[in-house]
Order: sequence, then structure tokens, then C-alpha cells
Amino acid sequence: MFEQLFPNVDWEKAWEKTVETLYMTGISLIWIFFIGVLLGLLLFLTSKDNLWENMIIHGFVASIVNIFRSIPFVILIVLLLPFTKIIVGTIIGKEAAIPALIIGSAPFYARMVEIGLREIDKGVIEAAQAMGAKTSTIIFKVLLPESMPAIVSGITVTAIALVGYTAIAGVIGAGGLGDYAYLDGFSRNNNDVTLFATLVILLIVFIIQFTGDYITKKIDKR
Amino acid sequence: MISVQHVKKIFPAKSEEVVAVKDVNLEIKEGEIFGIIGYSGAGKSTLIRMFNGLEMPTEGSIYIEGKDITRMKESKLRLARQEIGMIFQHFHLLWSRTVYGNIAFPLEIAGIPKKERDERVRELIQLVGLEGKENAYPSELSGGQKQRVGIARALANKPKVLLSDEATSALDPDTTDAILDLLVDINKKLGLTIILITHEMHVIKKICHRVAVMEKGKIVETGPVLEVFKHPEQPVTKRFVGQVTDAEDMKETVGRLLEKYQSGKIVKLTFVGEVAEEPIISTLIQKQLIVVNILHGNISHTRHGAYGTLFIHMDGKEEEVRNAIQFLLSRQIGVEVIEHV
Repeated sequence: MFEQLFPNVDWEKAWEKTVETLYMTGISLIWIFFIGVLLGLLLFLTSKDNLWENMIIHGFVASIVNIFRSIPFVILIVLLLPFTKIIVGTIIGKEAAIPALIIGSAPFYARMVEIGLREIDKGVIEAAQAMGAKTSTIIFKVLLPESMPAIVSGITVTAIALVGYTAIAGVIGAGGLGDYAYLDGFSRNNNDVTLFATLVILLIVFIIQFTGDYITKKIDKR
Repeated sequence: MISVQHVKKIFPAKSEEVVAVKDVNLEIKEGEIFGIIGYSGAGKSTLIRMFNGLEMPTEGSIYIEGKDITRMKESKLRLARQEIGMIFQHFHLLWSRTVYGNIAFPLEIAGIPKKERDERVRELIQLVGLEGKENAYPSELSGGQKQRVGIARALANKPKVLLSDEATSALDPDTTDAILDLLVDINKKLGLTIILITHEMHVIKKICHRVAVMEKGKIVETGPVLEVFKHPEQPVTKRFVGQVTDAEDMKETVGRLLEKYQSGKIVKLTFVGEVAEEPIISTLIQKQLIVVNILHGNISHTRHGAYGTLFIHMDGKEEEVRNAIQFLLSRQIGVEVIEHV
């Protein structure tokens, strides 16, 4: 039945492209998670009336985050080409997409982490201080566990956006399902290929959404 | 044990600096339950937060067991804080941890090994009466239970001082009493010094040994609770004492009675200590040829004895009424003739 519905889909190639998309999404997501949590913590801790209140550092980090969050992703990839060339050694293929994916998404995620941290009751942090907790203890035993639902739901939203970004990256030579839909589908007028790639992307998004929601619900004891 | 000397706290603000606490001096004895009462904005919250360095005074010192908490290095202060427990109006528990985990938290901070921690948490759960709730999350507990977790957590590192920041203000009256009983219990069992702030005279009356009344950043009156009940000097203190002794609709009632009874006198009697439990009124009626009408009465039990108020209307010949007042005064009863509301 599939063969009839999608006569022009090369199953082996489709699978390969799917794996490429998952690879790009997965590797970048790991980096985005760590960079985002780190930047989010930094934004939160250096903000006003907080543990490391420092308007200079806060202003600096906040403006970097805002700038990279504002550059349209297609433009960001192009802008980053020289940088990618130095780091990865090439500007073509799935590896080459990763720096742009990370730099494009981590600031967005950092803001979500910061918002999650802001939702923590100030009194809880104060209670930990009153118990004699060090800042590192407060970060690892209060801030991160208490904002975990926001951290997880944030990474879910970011992962979904990231799947979309890999498709854009695909169109300009990064491989993956976007590349497949554009080159084998659109360019050769094989609408079934485009449709198929879309369906696979939708499936990936649904799985991410479902898993993220499930984990968020599980860890949220509020 | 605790000595507060010339403490002043100024919050810098854009337009005008705010003086939250001005020149406060206090001596708090070991094993004492010391209450600080004041309306919101009186500076009591700022004051209690200076006892563990959550807020640093602009001037002055606070000595706890001889050590000046206001001049400690960060690392020393952290260690000192482990010996000062604190409980809060809104509990401030970690919602991501169970009851067990919340109580274990300060022990983790103090670096207590797992096995000892386990034992200590079990002891504390028993002490505050939360057996069987070890694995519940705060969201599954009632307000009173949450405060019990807060108390257990505050006591985990065997502190010598417990600070209570409006700990019962978010609870209903029954739960408030249960939590206050628990605090008295802990005070007796562990010999813990408790400093509490509140805006409810009921709390002071029920558990405190001594009280300080705060207004506009200053301590305006201080002394043993019963003394303050007997002789409130400042208007603000009188209002607080009135919180527990006068019924809300008292003024209205007295006003109506003053209109109704043109003859005789309406008198407010105050009894302190043992006289509060003697049959004064029946003796009065037997001795004097007057009619007595009881309008409103109330007895408050403080930790050092009872304190009662009684509003009565006395009618009869002018001379008899005067004699009756003389008789009451001779029995060490406070008499206040009310002529207008």
C-alpha cells in the first residue's frame, strides 16, 4: 500500500535521511541543554536581587542571548559559515549544521530556563540560605530540582523547533528530511516524496511532544 | 544569650531612604519564648531576619551566644546559621521533595552521613507528629502539616535558637493553637530559645514569656506578658491587648447601654492572676445595695496566670455605687468607669 501511495520514495534513502535528522536534532539538543541551562542559570543568578546580582554580566549575557534569538535561522547559518568551516572543517553535511543549530536554539532555551527559575518562590531560596546552604548547594539542590518541570517542558519545545531548523538547514546542504523533501521531492516534482518527508517529521514531533509532556507531568509534584 | 545592641536598618531607595528599624536594643534569655508584636510595616520582619543574617544591620550588633552575627565571614555565618532554625509564614518547603526529603535537606547541607541522617529524620518526624507522611509531597499536606514539616526541618541540626516569622499567620485558629502547643512542647523538651514575630496578640498571650511591642521601627514597650496585659502603656499596646480582651461589637453594645441606662455606671473591671478566679461579683452584690448587670466578660490565660476583663452596669444610690467601686479597688481590681464610647 505504501508503495502505491508513495511511488517515488526510495525507502533506503528515506531511512538514511530520517537518521540524519534524528542525529542532527539529538546531538544539538544535548549541547543546547547544557549551554541553555548554564546561560539560564547565569541570567537568573546575576539578575536584580539575586545571589550573584551583577548588572554588567547580566546585561552582557542578556544582549548576546537576545541578538542570537533575533537573527532568522536561515541568515544565521549563512553568517556562521566561516565559523563552521573552522570548527567542523566543512560546510556541507549533517555535522556542518550542528554549530548553527546550537547557536540558533540555545539562547531561546536559556530564556525558557530563566523563566522557569524565576517561578521559584524566593522564600524557598531564602529558607535554604537560612539553613546555611552554599550557592552551589542552592543551585543543585534547590534551583534545578524546583524548576525541573520548566526545564523539561522547555527542552521539549526547543526540540520541536529544532526539528524544524534541521529541515531548513537541510535545504542548504545539511542533509536530513528537509534536504530529502526539497531535492528529491520539490525539485524533481515528486509531491509524494515531499508529503512522505512531512509525515515523518510530524511523527518525530508528536513523539517528542508526547514524551516531553509525559515526563513533565511525572516530575511535577506541585 | 541573645543581645541586640543599637540595631538600625536603612534600606536605600531611589527617592527617600527607608528606615525600617531604628535603634533596637533587646536581651533575650536562654530557653525563653520571646514575642515581638507589631502591625505590618512596623519593622518586625526586618528585625527577625537580622538574627540569622538574612538581612545585615546598617548599624549595631547582634550577639548570639557571645558571637557577633553581623561581623562574620560568609563561611562562618553559614555554620552559625545551621545553629539557628527558622520557620516561615508560607512554609517555604521544596515541593520537589517529600516530607522526608525536606527534613533531610538541612542535614545534607551540614554534611551529616546518610545513616545518621536517616535516624535523625525519623526522630524529627515523630517529634512533630507526622508519622506515616514520610513519602507525601508538600502539595498533599494541609497547612498545619506543612508547618510541622517546616518546624522539623528547622530543628534538624539541633539549633539553640528558633526564629518564627509569622509562622501561624496563614493557619486557621484551631491549627494555629496546635502549632503553638507544638512550639511550647519543643521549648520545654529541648530547652530551645524561640523568638517569634506576629501581629496576633493571641499568639503572644498563649505561648510567650516576654513580649516587645514594635511600632515604626522602634520597640515602644517590653516586659513579661502578664505585666504588659495589666499595664499597657502605649496606645498601640492597648490596641493589641484589646484584640484578645474586647469583643469586636463591644463598643456598639456599650454605646447602646449608655443611652439606655441613664442612671448608674458602666464599669470595666480587669482582674489579674488569682483574683480572676474569685467570686468577686457575688460578694459585691451581697455587700452593697446595688443592681449589677453583667454585659460582657472574658478571661485570657497567659503563661503566667489569668487575665480577665468584665463589663458591668451598676445601678443604685449614688453613694452605694461609689462604695462598690471602693470595694472593687480594695480587692486589687482595675476599675475604669466608662462615660462615653
